Amino acid sequence: MKQTNNRLTTTIIKMKTKEYFLSNAQVRNRTILAVTCLLLFFTACFFTWKWLNGQPKEQGALKPLRKVLDANESIFSTVLFSNSNLVKTYPKESAVQKVRVNGNYGLQSEFDPANWTLTLIKNPGDTLHISIDDIKKLPKTEIIFDFKCIEGWSQVTHWAGVRFSDFVKYYGLNEQAALQFTGLQTPDNEYYVGIDNKSMMHPQTILCYEMNGKPLPLNQGAPLRLIIPVKYGVKHLKRIGTIYFSSNRPPDYWYERGYDYYCGL
Amino acid sequence: MKRVVKKHPLAIRWFHWINFPVIAVMIWSGLLIYWANDVYRLGWGDTTILKFFPDSFNKALNIPYRLAEGMSLHFFFMWLFAFNGFLYVLYLVFSKEWKLIFPNRRSLKEAWQVLLHDLHIKKGLPVQQKYNAAQRIAYTGVIIMGLLMLLTGLAIYKPTQLHFLCALLGGYEWARAEHFIITILFCVFFLVHILQVMLAGWNNFRAMVAGFEVLPDNKTAAVANETNEQPANNNNH
Repeated sequence: MKQTNNRLTTTIIKMKTKEYFLSNAQVRNRTILAVTCLLLFFTACFFTWKWLNGQPKEQGALKPLRKVLDANESIFSTVLFSNSNLVKTYPKESAVQKVRVNGNYGLQSEFDPANWTLTLIKNPGDTLHISIDDIKKLPKTEIIFDFKCIEGWSQVTHWAGVRFSDFVKYYGLNEQAALQFTGLQTPDNEYYVGIDNKSMMHPQTILCYEMNGKPLPLNQGAPLRLIIPVKYGVKHLKRIGTIYFSSNRPPDYWYERGYDYYCGL
Repeated sequence: MKRVVKKHPLAIRWFHWINFPVIAVMIWSGLLIYWANDVYRLGWGDTTILKFFPDSFNKALNIPYRLAEGMSLHFFFMWLFAFNGFLYVLYLVFSKEWKLIFPNRRSLKEAWQVLLHDLHIKKGLPVQQKYNAAQRIAYTGVIIMGLLMLLTGLAIYKPTQLHFLCALLGGYEWARAEHFIITILFCVFFLVHILQVMLAGWNNFRAMVAGFEVLPDNKTAAVANETNEQPANNNNH
Protein backbone atom coordinates (compact mmCIF):
# COMPACT_ATOMS: atom_id res chain seq x y z
CA MET A 1 0.00 0.00 0.00
CA LYS A 2 2.74 2.39 1.04
CA GLN A 3 4.84 1.32 -1.98
CA THR A 4 2.06 2.10 -4.44
CA ASN A 5 1.57 5.45 -2.84
CA ASN A 6 5.24 6.28 -3.20
CA ARG A 7 5.32 5.24 -6.82
CA LEU A 8 2.33 7.46 -7.51
CA THR A 9 4.03 10.40 -5.82
CA THR A 10 7.19 9.74 -7.83
CA THR A 11 5.32 10.00 -11.12
CA ILE A 12 3.62 13.21 -10.15
CA ILE A 13 6.84 14.81 -8.92
CA LYS A 14 8.87 13.64 -11.92
CA MET A 15 6.54 15.52 -14.20
CA LYS A 16 6.64 18.76 -12.30
CA THR A 17 10.12 18.86 -10.72
CA LYS A 18 13.43 17.10 -10.92
CA GLU A 19 12.78 15.26 -7.68
CA TYR A 20 12.33 11.51 -7.69
CA PHE A 21 12.72 8.48 -5.48
CA LEU A 22 15.41 5.83 -5.47
CA SER A 23 15.57 2.74 -3.30
CA ASN A 24 18.51 2.54 -0.90
CA ALA A 25 20.02 -0.14 -3.16
CA GLN A 26 19.70 2.11 -6.20
CA VAL A 27 21.37 4.97 -4.38
CA ARG A 28 24.21 2.65 -3.34
CA ASN A 29 24.67 1.07 -6.79
CA ARG A 30 24.61 4.35 -8.66
CA THR A 31 27.09 5.84 -6.21
CA ILE A 32 29.45 2.88 -6.59
CA LEU A 33 29.19 3.00 -10.39
CA ALA A 34 29.87 6.72 -10.57
CA VAL A 35 32.77 6.65 -8.11
CA THR A 36 34.27 3.72 -10.05
CA CYS A 37 34.03 5.71 -13.28
CA LEU A 38 35.77 8.68 -11.63
CA LEU A 39 38.56 6.48 -10.30
CA LEU A 40 38.96 4.86 -13.72
CA PHE A 41 39.18 8.32 -15.26
CA PHE A 42 41.95 9.34 -12.86
CA THR A 43 43.76 6.06 -13.46
CA ALA A 44 43.55 6.70 -17.20
CA CYS A 45 44.95 10.21 -16.67
CA PHE A 46 47.80 8.81 -14.61
CA PHE A 47 48.75 6.20 -17.22
CA THR A 48 48.42 8.69 -20.08
CA TRP A 49 50.84 10.97 -18.22
CA LYS A 50 53.20 8.02 -17.67
CA TRP A 51 52.90 7.04 -21.32
CA LEU A 52 53.54 10.60 -22.51
CA ASN A 53 56.67 11.00 -20.38
CA GLY A 54 57.95 7.62 -21.59
CA GLN A 55 57.75 8.56 -25.27
CA PRO A 56 60.96 8.91 -27.29
CA LYS A 57 62.24 12.41 -27.90
CA GLU A 58 62.36 14.17 -31.22
CA GLN A 59 64.81 17.10 -31.26
CA GLY A 60 64.86 17.21 -27.48
CA ALA A 61 61.08 17.25 -26.99
CA LEU A 62 58.77 14.30 -26.31
CA LYS A 63 57.53 13.14 -29.70
CA PRO A 64 53.79 13.82 -29.21
CA LEU A 65 54.57 17.27 -27.80
CA ARG A 66 56.94 18.01 -30.70
CA LYS A 67 54.08 17.17 -33.09
CA VAL A 68 51.82 19.64 -31.29
CA LEU A 69 54.51 22.37 -31.33
CA ASP A 70 54.83 21.88 -35.10
CA ALA A 71 51.04 21.91 -35.50
CA ASN A 72 50.87 25.13 -33.46
CA GLU A 73 53.41 26.63 -35.87
CA SER A 74 51.34 25.79 -38.91
CA ILE A 75 48.23 27.22 -37.25
CA PHE A 76 49.68 30.46 -35.90
CA SER A 77 52.00 31.17 -38.85
CA THR A 78 49.08 30.97 -41.29
CA VAL A 79 46.07 32.14 -39.29
CA LEU A 80 47.71 34.99 -37.38
CA PHE A 81 51.00 36.01 -38.98
CA SER A 82 50.94 39.04 -41.21
CA ASN A 83 53.53 41.56 -42.37
CA SER A 84 51.14 44.29 -41.33
CA ASN A 85 51.23 43.10 -37.71
CA LEU A 86 54.08 45.20 -36.42
CA VAL A 87 55.95 45.00 -33.15
CA LYS A 88 55.18 48.02 -30.98
CA THR A 89 57.92 50.64 -31.28
CA TYR A 90 59.02 53.16 -28.64
CA PRO A 91 60.61 56.62 -28.55
CA LYS A 92 64.41 56.68 -28.26
CA GLU A 93 64.30 57.79 -24.61
CA SER A 94 62.59 54.53 -23.64
CA ALA A 95 65.56 52.41 -24.72
CA VAL A 96 67.77 51.14 -21.87
CA GLN A 97 71.46 52.06 -21.82
CA LYS A 98 72.53 48.85 -20.07
CA VAL A 99 71.49 46.24 -22.58
CA ARG A 100 71.31 42.75 -21.15
CA VAL A 101 73.86 40.26 -22.50
CA ASN A 102 72.45 36.76 -22.50
CA GLY A 103 74.43 33.88 -23.95
CA ASN A 104 77.73 33.82 -25.79
CA TYR A 105 77.34 30.63 -27.80
CA GLY A 106 79.29 31.01 -31.02
CA LEU A 107 81.20 34.02 -29.66
CA GLN A 108 83.95 32.19 -27.79
CA SER A 109 86.29 31.37 -30.68
CA GLU A 110 89.14 33.68 -31.64
CA PHE A 111 87.76 36.40 -33.87
CA ASP A 112 89.10 39.47 -35.64
CA PRO A 113 86.27 41.78 -36.77
CA ALA A 114 88.66 43.56 -39.15
CA ASN A 115 88.96 40.41 -41.27
CA TRP A 116 85.25 39.67 -41.23
CA THR A 117 83.07 39.37 -44.31
CA LEU A 118 79.55 38.04 -44.53
CA THR A 119 79.37 34.76 -46.41
CA LEU A 120 76.19 34.71 -48.46
CA ILE A 121 75.43 31.37 -50.11
CA LYS A 122 73.08 32.25 -52.95
CA ASN A 123 73.13 28.78 -54.42
CA PRO A 124 75.46 25.81 -53.91
CA GLY A 125 78.71 26.95 -55.55
CA ASP A 126 77.57 30.57 -55.84
CA THR A 127 78.89 32.34 -52.75
CA LEU A 128 79.27 36.08 -52.14
CA HIS A 129 81.55 37.70 -49.56
CA ILE A 130 80.20 41.03 -48.41
CA SER A 131 82.08 43.55 -46.29
CA ILE A 132 80.48 45.51 -43.46
CA ASP A 133 81.08 48.75 -45.42
CA ASP A 134 79.03 47.41 -48.33
CA ILE A 135 76.24 46.53 -45.94
CA LYS A 136 76.35 49.99 -44.36
CA LYS A 137 75.85 51.53 -47.83
CA LEU A 138 72.34 50.06 -47.96
CA PRO A 139 69.39 52.06 -46.56
CA LYS A 140 69.52 52.20 -42.78
CA THR A 141 66.53 51.24 -40.64
CA GLU A 142 66.22 51.92 -36.92
CA ILE A 143 64.02 50.12 -34.47
CA ILE A 144 63.33 50.63 -30.78
CA PHE A 145 61.23 47.75 -29.49
CA ASP A 146 60.64 45.47 -26.52
CA PHE A 147 63.16 42.66 -27.04
CA LYS A 148 61.66 39.43 -25.66
CA CYS A 149 63.65 36.51 -24.32
CA ILE A 150 62.21 33.00 -24.30
CA GLU A 151 63.07 32.96 -20.57
CA GLY A 152 60.33 35.51 -19.99
CA TRP A 153 62.11 38.84 -19.54
CA SER A 154 61.95 41.72 -21.97
CA GLN A 155 63.78 45.00 -22.47
CA VAL A 156 63.20 48.05 -24.67
CA THR A 157 66.32 48.33 -26.81
CA HIS A 158 67.46 50.44 -29.75
CA TRP A 159 69.01 48.89 -32.89
CA ALA A 160 69.89 49.93 -36.43
CA GLY A 161 70.90 48.16 -39.62
CA VAL A 162 69.60 47.16 -43.00
CA ARG A 163 66.17 45.65 -43.43
CA PHE A 164 66.58 42.04 -44.51
CA SER A 165 63.97 42.60 -47.23
CA ASP A 166 66.06 45.55 -48.55
CA PHE A 167 69.17 43.35 -48.46
CA VAL A 168 67.30 40.68 -50.44
CA LYS A 169 66.21 43.24 -53.01
CA TYR A 170 69.70 44.72 -53.41
CA TYR A 171 71.47 41.39 -53.79
CA GLY A 172 68.77 39.92 -56.06
CA LEU A 173 67.72 37.14 -53.69
CA ASN A 174 64.00 37.04 -54.50
CA GLU A 175 64.22 33.47 -55.71
CA GLN A 176 66.02 32.39 -52.54
CA ALA A 177 63.63 34.28 -50.28
CA ALA A 178 60.79 32.41 -51.94
CA LEU A 179 62.15 29.20 -50.42
CA GLN A 180 60.73 28.37 -47.04
CA PHE A 181 63.71 29.01 -44.77
CA THR A 182 66.83 31.05 -44.15
CA GLY A 183 69.71 29.56 -42.16
CA LEU A 184 72.23 31.66 -40.22
CA GLN A 185 75.35 30.56 -38.40
CA THR A 186 78.25 32.09 -36.48
CA PRO A 187 81.72 32.00 -38.14
CA ASP A 188 82.75 29.07 -35.90
CA ASN A 189 79.35 27.37 -36.51
CA GLU A 190 78.92 26.88 -32.75
CA TYR A 191 75.56 28.66 -32.85
CA TYR A 192 73.06 28.40 -35.67
CA VAL A 193 69.39 29.17 -36.28
CA GLY A 194 66.79 28.48 -38.91
CA ILE A 195 63.98 30.93 -39.58
CA ASP A 196 60.94 30.83 -41.87
CA ASN A 197 61.24 33.37 -44.67
CA LYS A 198 57.86 34.92 -43.93
CA SER A 199 59.40 36.16 -40.67
CA MET A 200 62.75 37.03 -42.31
CA MET A 201 60.94 39.24 -44.86
CA HIS A 202 58.89 40.98 -42.14
CA PRO A 203 59.52 44.76 -42.45
CA GLN A 204 61.02 44.94 -38.93
CA THR A 205 63.65 42.23 -39.45
CA ILE A 206 67.10 43.80 -39.81
CA LEU A 207 70.73 42.82 -40.24
CA CYS A 208 71.97 44.98 -37.40
CA TYR A 209 75.31 46.81 -36.94
CA GLU A 210 74.37 49.51 -34.42
CA MET A 211 73.04 49.59 -30.88
CA ASN A 212 72.00 52.82 -29.12
CA GLY A 213 73.37 54.80 -32.08
CA LYS A 214 76.90 53.34 -31.71
CA PRO A 215 78.66 50.45 -33.44
CA LEU A 216 77.52 47.11 -32.07
CA PRO A 217 79.75 45.87 -29.20
CA LEU A 218 81.43 42.47 -29.61
CA ASN A 219 79.31 40.82 -26.88
CA GLN A 220 76.19 41.95 -28.75
CA GLY A 221 77.34 40.31 -31.96
CA ALA A 222 79.60 42.80 -33.81
CA PRO A 223 80.08 43.33 -36.64
CA LEU A 224 76.66 42.06 -37.77
CA ARG A 225 73.79 40.37 -35.94
CA LEU A 226 70.18 39.57 -36.64
CA ILE A 227 67.35 41.56 -35.04
CA ILE A 228 64.03 39.87 -35.69
CA PRO A 229 61.36 41.33 -33.36
CA VAL A 230 58.71 38.78 -34.39
CA LYS A 231 60.82 36.07 -32.72
CA TYR A 232 62.20 35.32 -29.28
CA GLY A 233 65.79 36.40 -28.59
CA VAL A 234 67.18 32.92 -29.29
CA LYS A 235 66.68 33.59 -33.01
CA HIS A 236 68.50 36.96 -32.97
CA LEU A 237 71.83 35.35 -33.88
CA LYS A 238 74.93 37.37 -32.95
CA ARG A 239 78.07 37.60 -35.12
CA ILE A 240 76.56 36.32 -38.38
CA GLY A 241 79.11 34.30 -40.35
CA THR A 242 77.03 32.68 -43.06
CA ILE A 243 73.55 33.18 -44.47
CA TYR A 244 71.99 30.52 -46.69
CA PHE A 245 68.55 29.48 -47.93
CA SER A 246 66.74 26.18 -47.86
CA SER A 247 63.40 24.55 -48.47
CA ASN A 248 63.92 22.36 -45.39
CA ARG A 249 64.37 23.42 -41.80
CA PRO A 250 68.02 24.48 -41.32
CA PRO A 251 69.57 23.14 -38.10
CA ASP A 252 68.70 25.21 -35.05
CA TYR A 253 70.62 25.20 -31.77
CA TRP A 254 67.74 25.48 -29.30
CA TYR A 255 65.36 23.44 -31.45
CA GLU A 256 67.76 20.53 -30.99
CA ARG A 257 67.48 21.13 -27.24
CA GLY A 258 63.72 20.75 -27.01
CA TYR A 259 62.44 24.22 -27.91
CA ASP A 260 59.84 25.16 -30.47
CA TYR A 261 61.34 25.66 -33.95
CA TYR A 262 59.11 28.58 -34.80
CA CYS A 263 59.47 30.72 -31.65
CA GLY A 264 57.19 33.31 -33.30
CA LEU A 265 55.72 36.15 -31.29
CA MET B 1 13.38 4.87 -0.30
CA LYS B 2 15.31 8.06 -0.71
CA ARG B 3 14.00 11.30 -2.09
CA VAL B 4 16.66 12.54 -4.51
CA VAL B 5 17.11 15.44 -6.85
CA LYS B 6 19.15 15.67 -10.05
CA LYS B 7 21.81 18.24 -9.32
CA HIS B 8 24.71 18.23 -11.80
CA PRO B 9 24.08 17.17 -15.42
CA LEU B 10 26.49 14.55 -16.79
CA ALA B 11 28.12 17.09 -19.15
CA ILE B 12 28.98 19.46 -16.32
CA ARG B 13 30.46 16.62 -14.27
CA TRP B 14 32.71 15.66 -17.21
CA PHE B 15 33.79 19.26 -17.82
CA HIS B 16 34.53 19.60 -14.12
CA TRP B 17 36.62 16.46 -13.74
CA ILE B 18 38.48 16.90 -17.05
CA ASN B 19 39.36 20.43 -15.99
CA PHE B 20 41.07 19.16 -12.86
CA PRO B 21 44.03 17.25 -14.42
CA VAL B 22 44.25 19.73 -17.32
CA ILE B 23 44.64 22.73 -15.00
CA ALA B 24 47.04 20.70 -12.85
CA VAL B 25 49.32 20.17 -15.89
CA MET B 26 48.93 23.82 -16.95
CA ILE B 27 50.02 25.02 -13.51
CA TRP B 28 52.86 22.51 -13.32
CA SER B 29 54.22 23.39 -16.76
CA GLY B 30 53.64 27.06 -15.93
CA LEU B 31 55.93 26.65 -12.92
CA LEU B 32 58.62 25.15 -15.18
CA ILE B 33 58.33 28.16 -17.50
CA TYR B 34 58.09 30.80 -14.78
CA TRP B 35 61.30 29.58 -13.13
CA ALA B 36 63.40 30.87 -16.06
CA ASN B 37 62.50 34.45 -15.06
CA ASP B 38 61.16 34.23 -11.50
CA VAL B 39 60.91 37.93 -10.74
CA TYR B 40 57.64 38.25 -8.83
CA ARG B 41 57.53 38.77 -5.09
CA LEU B 42 55.43 40.21 -2.28
CA GLY B 43 57.17 43.17 -0.69
CA TRP B 44 58.33 46.73 -1.18
CA GLY B 45 61.73 48.31 -1.91
CA ASP B 46 64.41 45.95 -0.66
CA THR B 47 62.00 44.17 1.68
CA THR B 48 60.65 40.87 0.43
CA ILE B 49 57.98 39.07 2.42
CA LEU B 50 57.52 36.22 0.00
CA LYS B 51 59.55 35.39 -3.09
CA PHE B 52 57.77 33.53 -5.90
CA PHE B 53 59.08 31.01 -5.43
CA PRO B 54 61.55 30.24 -2.66
CA ASP B 55 64.56 28.20 -3.81
CA SER B 56 63.56 25.43 -1.41
CA PHE B 57 60.18 25.16 -3.19
CA ASN B 58 61.84 24.95 -6.63
CA LYS B 59 64.35 22.40 -5.41
CA ALA B 60 61.78 20.24 -3.64
CA LEU B 61 59.66 20.01 -6.81
CA ASN B 62 62.66 19.65 -9.15
CA ILE B 63 61.63 22.68 -11.18
CA PRO B 64 64.94 24.27 -12.31
CA TYR B 65 66.23 24.03 -15.91
CA ARG B 66 63.09 22.56 -17.44
CA LEU B 67 61.90 25.55 -19.49
CA ALA B 68 61.75 23.71 -22.83
CA GLU B 69 59.79 20.83 -21.30
CA GLY B 70 57.43 23.29 -19.60
CA MET B 71 56.74 25.15 -22.85
CA SER B 72 56.09 21.98 -24.84
CA LEU B 73 53.59 20.79 -22.21
CA HIS B 74 51.95 24.20 -21.81
CA PHE B 75 51.40 24.67 -25.54
CA PHE B 76 49.75 21.28 -25.85
CA PHE B 77 47.52 21.34 -22.78
CA MET B 78 46.43 24.92 -23.56
CA TRP B 79 44.27 23.42 -26.30
CA LEU B 80 42.58 21.01 -23.89
CA PHE B 81 42.01 23.82 -21.40
CA ALA B 82 40.55 26.11 -24.08
CA PHE B 83 38.32 23.45 -25.69
CA ASN B 84 37.01 22.13 -22.39
CA GLY B 85 36.28 25.67 -21.20
CA PHE B 86 34.69 26.65 -24.50
CA LEU B 87 32.41 23.59 -24.57
CA TYR B 88 31.52 24.16 -20.91
CA VAL B 89 30.41 27.75 -21.53
CA LEU B 90 28.48 26.68 -24.64
CA TYR B 91 26.76 24.04 -22.54
CA LEU B 92 25.89 26.56 -19.83
CA VAL B 93 24.29 28.81 -22.42
CA PHE B 94 22.29 26.19 -24.32
CA SER B 95 21.16 24.13 -21.33
CA LYS B 96 20.06 27.29 -19.50
CA GLU B 97 22.28 26.18 -16.63
CA TRP B 98 23.73 29.69 -16.68
CA LYS B 99 20.56 30.87 -14.92
CA LEU B 100 21.57 28.77 -11.94
CA ILE B 101 25.20 29.86 -11.85
CA PHE B 102 25.41 33.52 -12.92
CA PRO B 103 24.72 36.00 -10.10
CA ASN B 104 21.43 37.90 -10.17
CA ARG B 105 20.29 41.18 -8.62
CA ARG B 106 20.03 39.72 -5.11
CA SER B 107 23.30 37.80 -5.18
CA LEU B 108 25.59 40.43 -3.70
CA LYS B 109 23.39 41.04 -0.66
CA GLU B 110 22.70 37.34 -0.20
CA ALA B 111 26.35 36.39 -0.56
CA TRP B 112 27.07 38.58 2.45
CA GLN B 113 24.43 36.68 4.43
CA VAL B 114 25.95 33.38 3.31
CA LEU B 115 29.38 34.56 4.42
CA LEU B 116 28.05 35.59 7.87
CA HIS B 117 26.34 32.21 8.13
CA ASP B 118 29.43 30.24 7.12
CA LEU B 119 31.49 32.15 9.67
CA HIS B 120 28.88 31.25 12.33
CA ILE B 121 28.06 34.91 12.95
CA LYS B 122 24.42 34.68 11.89
CA LYS B 123 21.91 31.85 11.65
CA GLY B 124 19.60 31.20 8.71
CA LEU B 125 20.15 31.45 4.98
CA PRO B 126 18.22 33.06 2.14
CA VAL B 127 16.24 30.69 -0.08
CA GLN B 128 18.51 29.35 -2.80
CA GLN B 129 18.31 27.26 -5.94
CA LYS B 130 21.14 24.95 -7.05
CA TYR B 131 23.81 27.32 -5.74
CA ASN B 132 23.76 29.92 -3.01
CA ALA B 133 24.68 33.50 -3.80
CA ALA B 134 28.29 33.16 -2.64
CA GLN B 135 28.71 30.10 -4.86
CA ARG B 136 27.18 31.92 -7.83
CA ILE B 137 29.72 34.70 -7.43
CA ALA B 138 32.65 32.35 -6.84
CA TYR B 139 31.85 29.98 -9.72
CA THR B 140 31.10 32.77 -12.17
CA GLY B 141 34.30 34.45 -11.01
CA VAL B 142 36.30 31.34 -11.75
CA ILE B 143 34.80 31.12 -15.26
CA ILE B 144 35.90 34.71 -15.87
CA MET B 145 39.33 33.85 -14.46
CA GLY B 146 39.53 30.99 -16.94
CA LEU B 147 38.74 33.37 -19.78
CA LEU B 148 41.33 35.87 -18.51
CA MET B 149 43.87 33.06 -18.25
CA LEU B 150 43.28 32.29 -21.92
CA LEU B 151 43.47 35.95 -22.98
CA THR B 152 46.57 36.89 -20.93
CA GLY B 153 48.17 33.65 -22.08
CA LEU B 154 47.49 34.43 -25.74
CA ALA B 155 48.79 37.99 -25.24
CA ILE B 156 52.18 36.75 -24.02
CA TYR B 157 52.25 33.84 -26.48
CA LYS B 158 51.72 36.03 -29.59
CA PRO B 159 52.21 39.65 -28.44
CA THR B 160 52.91 40.91 -31.96
CA GLN B 161 50.26 39.08 -33.93
CA LEU B 162 47.73 39.87 -31.16
CA HIS B 163 49.07 43.35 -30.38
CA PHE B 164 45.59 44.77 -29.73
CA LEU B 165 44.93 42.17 -27.08
CA CYS B 166 48.37 42.67 -25.57
CA ALA B 167 47.90 46.46 -25.45
CA LEU B 168 44.42 46.05 -23.96
CA LEU B 169 45.89 44.05 -21.10
CA GLY B 170 48.47 46.75 -20.37
CA GLY B 171 51.35 45.50 -22.51
CA TYR B 172 53.57 42.43 -22.54
CA GLU B 173 55.00 42.63 -19.03
CA TRP B 174 51.64 43.41 -17.43
CA ALA B 175 50.00 40.55 -19.31
CA ARG B 176 52.66 38.19 -17.94
CA ALA B 177 52.10 39.49 -14.40
CA GLU B 178 48.32 39.14 -14.77
CA HIS B 179 48.75 35.59 -16.06
CA PHE B 180 50.78 34.84 -12.94
CA ILE B 181 48.41 36.56 -10.48
CA ILE B 182 45.36 34.75 -11.85
CA THR B 183 47.26 31.45 -11.51
CA ILE B 184 47.77 32.24 -7.81
CA LEU B 185 44.07 33.12 -7.54
CA PHE B 186 43.23 29.75 -9.15
CA CYS B 187 45.29 28.04 -6.46
CA VAL B 188 43.52 30.04 -3.73
CA PHE B 189 40.15 29.14 -5.27
CA PHE B 190 41.19 25.49 -5.34
CA LEU B 191 42.10 25.48 -1.62
CA VAL B 192 38.87 27.23 -0.55
CA HIS B 193 36.87 24.97 -2.87
CA ILE B 194 38.39 21.82 -1.36
CA LEU B 195 37.76 23.12 2.17
CA GLN B 196 34.13 23.98 1.40
CA VAL B 197 33.51 20.63 -0.27
CA MET B 198 34.92 18.85 2.78
CA LEU B 199 32.70 20.93 5.07
CA ALA B 200 29.61 20.37 2.90
CA GLY B 201 30.05 16.63 3.18
CA TRP B 202 29.64 13.45 1.18
CA ASN B 203 26.14 14.01 -0.18
CA ASN B 204 27.22 17.24 -1.85
CA PHE B 205 30.45 15.71 -3.19
CA ARG B 206 28.60 12.69 -4.57
CA ALA B 207 26.40 15.06 -6.59
CA MET B 208 29.48 16.09 -8.62
CA VAL B 209 30.31 12.41 -9.18
CA ALA B 210 26.96 10.64 -9.55
CA GLY B 211 24.77 13.62 -10.40
CA PHE B 212 22.06 13.27 -7.77
CA GLU B 213 21.74 14.55 -4.23
CA VAL B 214 19.70 12.83 -1.54
CA LEU B 215 17.21 15.24 0.02
CA PRO B 216 16.38 15.28 3.73
CA ASP B 217 13.66 12.79 4.63
CA ASN B 218 10.63 15.06 4.66
CA LYS B 219 7.49 13.61 3.09
CA THR B 220 5.36 16.73 3.21
CA ALA B 221 8.05 18.73 1.50
CA ALA B 222 8.17 16.19 -1.32
CA VAL B 223 4.60 16.90 -2.31
CA ALA B 224 4.52 20.58 -1.49
CA ASN B 225 7.78 21.50 -3.17
CA GLU B 226 6.79 21.66 -6.81
CA THR B 227 9.19 24.38 -7.82
CA ASN B 228 12.93 23.98 -8.25
CA GLU B 229 13.57 25.93 -5.08
CA GLN B 230 15.10 23.94 -2.33
CA PRO B 231 14.70 24.29 1.43
CA ALA B 232 16.78 27.07 2.89
CA ASN B 233 18.68 24.74 5.19
CA ASN B 234 20.11 22.80 2.26
CA ASN B 235 23.53 24.35 2.30
CA ASN B 236 25.49 22.87 -0.59
CA HIS B 237 28.84 23.85 -1.94
